[in-house]
Amino acid sequence: MPEAEFDESKVDLSELDLSDLEKKYQVRPPKGFLDKFVVCDGTPVAPESKAVILKKVLAKLFSQCGKVVRLDVPVKDGKTAGYVFVEFVNPQMALNAVRHLNGKKLDVRHRLLVNKISDIEKYVLSGKVKDEFQEPEIPEFKSHGYLKSYLMDPAGRDQYLTHYNEDVSISWFKKNLNPEPVIEPRSQWTSTFMKWSPHGTYLFSMFPNGVQCWGGENFERISRFVHPGVRLIDCSPNEKFLVTISPEPITLPPEGHPARASFPFTPESAGHKLVIWDIQTGIAVKTFPLPQNLEHQASMPWPLIKWSFDDKYCARMGPDAIAVYDVEKDFSLLDRKLVKIPGLVDFSFAPGGVKLAANRKNAPAEAILAYWTPEQSNKSAKVAVMQIPSRSVLRTVNMVQVSDCRLFWQQQGKYLCCCVTRHTKSKKTKFSSLQIFQLEEKDIPVETIEVHDVVLTMGWEPRGKRFITVSQNDSPDVNPAYLMNNITFYDTETQKKGRGMLVPIKRWISFKTINNKFINCVKFSPKGRFAALATLREGKGAVDFFDLDFDGEKPKDQSNKVSSNAKFLVSRQFDGMTNIEWEQSGRAVAAWSSSWKHSLDNGYKIYDNTGSVLGEKAVDGFKEFQWRPRPKSLLTNSDKKKVRKSLKEYSAQFEEEDAMEANAELREQILRRKKLLQDWYTWRESLHAKLNDLHLQAHHDTGKVEVIEEMKEVVLEEKEEVVE
Amino acid sequence: MIRPILLKGHERPLTQVKFNVDGDILFSVSKDQEASVWYSSNGERIGTLNGHKGTIWSIDVDQNTDYVITASADFTGKLWKAQTGECIYTWNFEAPAKRVEFNPESKKALFVTDEVMGQIGTIKIFPIDHLKDEQASTAELEIKNDKGVSARFTVAAWGYGGTTIVAGHANGEITKWDVKTGACLGRVKAHEMQVTDIQMAQDKTYFITSSKDKSAKLFDVDNLRLLKTYTSDAPLNTACITPVKDFVILGGGQDARDVTTTAAAEGKFEAKIHHKIFQDEIGRVKGHFGPLNYIAVHPQGTAYASGGEDGYIRLHHFPKSYFDFQYDVEKTAKAAKQQELERQKQEEEGADEQAAVSASA
Repeated sequence: MPEAEFDESKVDLSELDLSDLEKKYQVRPPKGFLDKFVVCDGTPVAPESKAVILKKVLAKLFSQCGKVVRLDVPVKDGKTAGYVFVEFVNPQMALNAVRHLNGKKLDVRHRLLVNKISDIEKYVLSGKVKDEFQEPEIPEFKSHGYLKSYLMDPAGRDQYLTHYNEDVSISWFKKNLNPEPVIEPRSQWTSTFMKWSPHGTYLFSMFPNGVQCWGGENFERISRFVHPGVRLIDCSPNEKFLVTISPEPITLPPEGHPARASFPFTPESAGHKLVIWDIQTGIAVKTFPLPQNLEHQASMPWPLIKWSFDDKYCARMGPDAIAVYDVEKDFSLLDRKLVKIPGLVDFSFAPGGVKLAANRKNAPAEAILAYWTPEQSNKSAKVAVMQIPSRSVLRTVNMVQVSDCRLFWQQQGKYLCCCVTRHTKSKKTKFSSLQIFQLEEKDIPVETIEVHDVVLTMGWEPRGKRFITVSQNDSPDVNPAYLMNNITFYDTETQKKGRGMLVPIKRWISFKTINNKFINCVKFSPKGRFAALATLREGKGAVDFFDLDFDGEKPKDQSNKVSSNAKFLVSRQFDGMTNIEWEQSGRAVAAWSSSWKHSLDNGYKIYDNTGSVLGEKAVDGFKEFQWRPRPKSLLTNSDKKKVRKSLKEYSAQFEEEDAMEANAELREQILRRKKLLQDWYTWRESLHAKLNDLHLQAHHDTGKVEVIEEMKEVVLEEKEEVVE
Repeated sequence: MIRPILLKGHERPLTQVKFNVDGDILFSVSKDQEASVWYSSNGERIGTLNGHKGTIWSIDVDQNTDYVITASADFTGKLWKAQTGECIYTWNFEAPAKRVEFNPESKKALFVTDEVMGQIGTIKIFPIDHLKDEQASTAELEIKNDKGVSARFTVAAWGYGGTTIVAGHANGEITKWDVKTGACLGRVKAHEMQVTDIQMAQDKTYFITSSKDKSAKLFDVDNLRLLKTYTSDAPLNTACITPVKDFVILGGGQDARDVTTTAAAEGKFEAKIHHKIFQDEIGRVKGHFGPLNYIAVHPQGTAYASGGEDGYIRLHHFPKSYFDFQYDVEKTAKAAKQQELERQKQEEEGADEQAAVSASA
């Protein structure tokens, strides 16, 4: 058979459809092949002869990031081209090189720009990035209503949140009366807990995939913060930033994945677990990896990031150093270096701005932080206060035989009490001393109070100078099975000066002590004067109310040197109580028993500031009670004075309103009951008629009760006596 | 409250207590396999009924206090002569009997048998012959539970006229059955958890259920309509309706298996008195140191008895204040009724007089 003649030249190649073959035999680099290459711009342009040396230098540099397979130095017109190509063993190393060497200065004139080849292809070659500037689409502004509408309640009532089973409800607090719901209770609003922001503007709810933020009159969703596996959250004092932590490290969705576009984190954040968000924009402004010592720990010290009172600085603790970040400079490290403190154990910012005596009178309040270090290699233990951002240490106190130290700030930042637990030389018994820093006095004087007991906790009067400590005797002859606490009240001494004026001098003395109590929690009223001392024990709870300015005769056991007069008002039992919190205006205290901590008697009770019960409710599976916080009052001191002056007229007015409302409520209740009774009787009547039709007895004859008395005589003893 | 009479006679937890119709005698059964009979006025024990070989779960007494009937975990039910305490007949079952009750005429009795060991839970109705000792050994009607073990019968009670039975189930449902045909007349999901007790009002037109879900509910026998709900803070084992006063008494407490881990104050071993119509809790009676397993109220409404897991029966005679207590609404309603009656009376008298006048004219 003759072979078909085939003239290649006659075939028009362009007419052939070879696409299937092309497709089949196309050389495709293995997936991720290009990811192994980086291109480095900005290398020196040098004569060809120097190319070898350049190659050597660069190879050395790049091999820091991984094993270099090939390094090409292209030569153009007898000179090196100013860029090189590097091939690594695997894409991870290439990524490493981009992360670490991009922007590195080779020398004064040469700065390296390292990019992945695949990125160059993606952004530069294919024309994907247009030269013209395209305005990004700005999403239309969506109003969430007035976020502080709750403050405009005509009666000035407070809101509170209750969380029970799967439901969360928010109610208006009404004295003595049934709560009025703000919104319908919502189910599945959170997967774990809810949290108010410090001023009460926002409400955060937790979900497995992140945090959601709610607010406005009807609690609509304002924003979402996507952080998978989020466990704990914290808010900066002025509600600007939100801090979240998750045990799952951040993993980026693969490149090109649709989720990548809406993903809130940049590649730099991969592996990080701690995130700071801007609440208003919802942008993750800073992420951190977890410090090594906190990885895989069961319980996390929280908050990990502490804020200065004005949200201008935040800080976190590292080993032997505090990292302070300047919020306004994009969270950069303050002065680009850590605050090195060898042996640092704990630190905290002052909750309020401190007006230092050294400054001018109208100078703004300063951010202050306090820290302590334990005894180490011939150095004594130290408590110090430091000013930020200047980092100048304003005052230090040295101590010996320190086993622990806790810092308690007064709310305004005027005083700091370091509660130092010390041991005797034999280390057998412990005792405490209180170091009180007076930050707004000249040179920051420190007063030391020695206590014979171990101070367990203490509480400052939020805007005052008084405090209450709870302490325990640590002597070996105390029965450890039956540990009782001692409560001590402190105030500054006043002294008579000429013309009968009482002039305070800053020296704290204890003016009242109560021994042998189980009290273990001090809660001062936010407005001062009243204190609720609570006993929070497994299964047994109580709260004792005290008035520290009691307007009556002072008992003899209280020191005359202070103006305070502490009076025990009342004790309220609440089995199973786990938490207690004051409402911010100091009008009410809520105590609750949470099913998170205790399985029985769950529910809550609300008391007024003198301990009268305003309301109580037992709810199975009750979890949490949270008062909605309020921002700081806008009234000036003189305004407040005016209000205080005409308090009588105000209270008369309010009492009338209360009475009217109570009457309305009562009337409603009576009407409701009347209706119930009426319904019941009509139903019974109909049944009686029916039973009579069936000839059944509707009523038992209750009148015919026959009483039969049975007399039984029992011979107990028989005795025969012979009478003469 | 007047000091209660503490009846000590049982060695193990009480399972049921019951007054006879006159209210002068109290019957009690317990896990110690013995039934006791007491004078309700002073708590003196008259005697015991011996013969069961297992926990006696339930007891009932007929209209004239002639017969006593018991249901036991030893797979038997027994009929006793109340006067002598002699056992005159024994029914044998395939499973433990959990509940027994005479019908309103005492001519029949129902047994609830448990759903264990492959047996189907059943309500069995036997005729009771008052003329001879020997009784029919086969049931005249058997109502079988066809909804599986989770919906087994736990308790049952007769409705008015003895024509229907209402039963409580382990899944919280209540059902109503026709006694003649055995047909299911209604099924309502009353509770989230097991129904532990059903007790009828005196005229058997409505009943109260108690449940482990910490609530008790009042239902209409006719249509199983929910009338009232009473919520408590502990699982409930029993609930009863008081005659004379419009109250209900609920009893329960933390489960026996949890009790060892809780203090007595937390166990809620209290009888809780609620207002039947307004549903509010009015008072609590403390005393038991174990859960309350059954509460029975005196038919004349003058006393109640509670049997506890602690092995004691506490017999409380109500004080005067109990009878005096009234809501303002009730007082006014009563006064209004009184006035109404008087007015009617006057009108009638007026009419009589008129009639007399017209007659004389």
